[in-house]
Amino acid sequence: MSSLLTWSTYIVVFGALGVLAVRDRAKAKQTVQVAVKSFVGIFPSLLAIVGLIGLLLGVVPPEAISRYLGQEAGWWATVMATLIGAVMYIPSLVGFPLAASLLRAGASIATVAAFLTALVMVGTVTLPLEIRHLGKKMALGRNLLSLLFAFLIALVMGMVLQ
Amino acid sequence: MNTSLPQQTPEDGAPQGAPVKTPKQRLADYRWVVLIAIADLLVWLFWPTQITPVILNTWDYLVEMVVILIPVAVLMGLFEVWVPKQLIGKYLGHGSGWKGIALSLLFGTAPTGPLYAAFPVAGMLLQKGASPLNVVVFLNTWAAIKIPQLLVETNFLGLAFMLLRLGLTVPSAILMGWLIQKAIEKTGGLDLAPDKPQRVV
Repeated sequence: MSSLLTWSTYIVVFGALGVLAVRDRAKAKQTVQVAVKSFVGIFPSLLAIVGLIGLLLGVVPPEAISRYLGQEAGWWATVMATLIGAVMYIPSLVGFPLAASLLRAGASIATVAAFLTALVMVGTVTLPLEIRHLGKKMALGRNLLSLLFAFLIALVMGMVLQ
Repeated sequence: MNTSLPQQTPEDGAPQGAPVKTPKQRLADYRWVVLIAIADLLVWLFWPTQITPVILNTWDYLVEMVVILIPVAVLMGLFEVWVPKQLIGKYLGHGSGWKGIALSLLFGTAPTGPLYAAFPVAGMLLQKGASPLNVVVFLNTWAAIKIPQLLVETNFLGLAFMLLRLGLTVPSAILMGWLIQKAIEKTGGLDLAPDKPQRVV
């Protein structure tokens, strides 16, 4: 599945870039520049996260992961995962390998989904910036509701997928 | 239009989220990597049997992530060039009702970049009179279900996980937007700062 997805992504994306390069060289060049910038920008976080995953899987026994983050940990672990996802400040893209490593090591679907959904939707560190641009009502409302919905979405996902 | 510098952002006039970094700041970005490396070294010294799984797991995830990140980065480039941020502002301000929600969803899935890059766009939309409902849908779509992000999610967590989260996030975002809109109407309108911030810090 994932390799099929990877290869189709390569074909579609680089195909589109190729077409663009023939039709508009300047825009193709700009595309590559943005791509390089995105990649370079995310690389430090990427390295740190895969390092963390390596330590987690190599040092923490799977029994501990499933005890504290698995089915048996119950809804309390899901609440904690929502809060950790909300305050963590990492690019959302690198949250996915981290979540996958926890899931493969025995964490429950609900806990992993709660962490991810809160990570992408709630921004605690960027909250002052959000208030400045959108006002207190909107920024606080969006973040608090996102926190609540992250938890609810995770509970439903846990029930459906596990 | 562009200089030959690889770090140059596209000149689309829209506020770019991140400021240009100095080389010193770029190095500082690696501080967590250094900490992790020190931790790895400690494992190697004090718990030598575990260093092999640590390194192997790190390497496996690094390869898996880089392989998917290369086309995702190019896809982000394509979106950025084809869907510049000021275009989003131009169209999103006008829609209302279900059409506005649909446009907000559509424009939220295409862009890239972190959520904080969306705040200036969203703030501008509010000031131009876009409904809070649409702006919340746009922000949460941008945050949670950007297409490049969905690719990475499918790669690591599978299609069922991705589709279910997508299917639950869309109605949640609309419901959240509606609730926030009602609350803002009931409490006497938006509380935007009178002077528009010029640029993201």
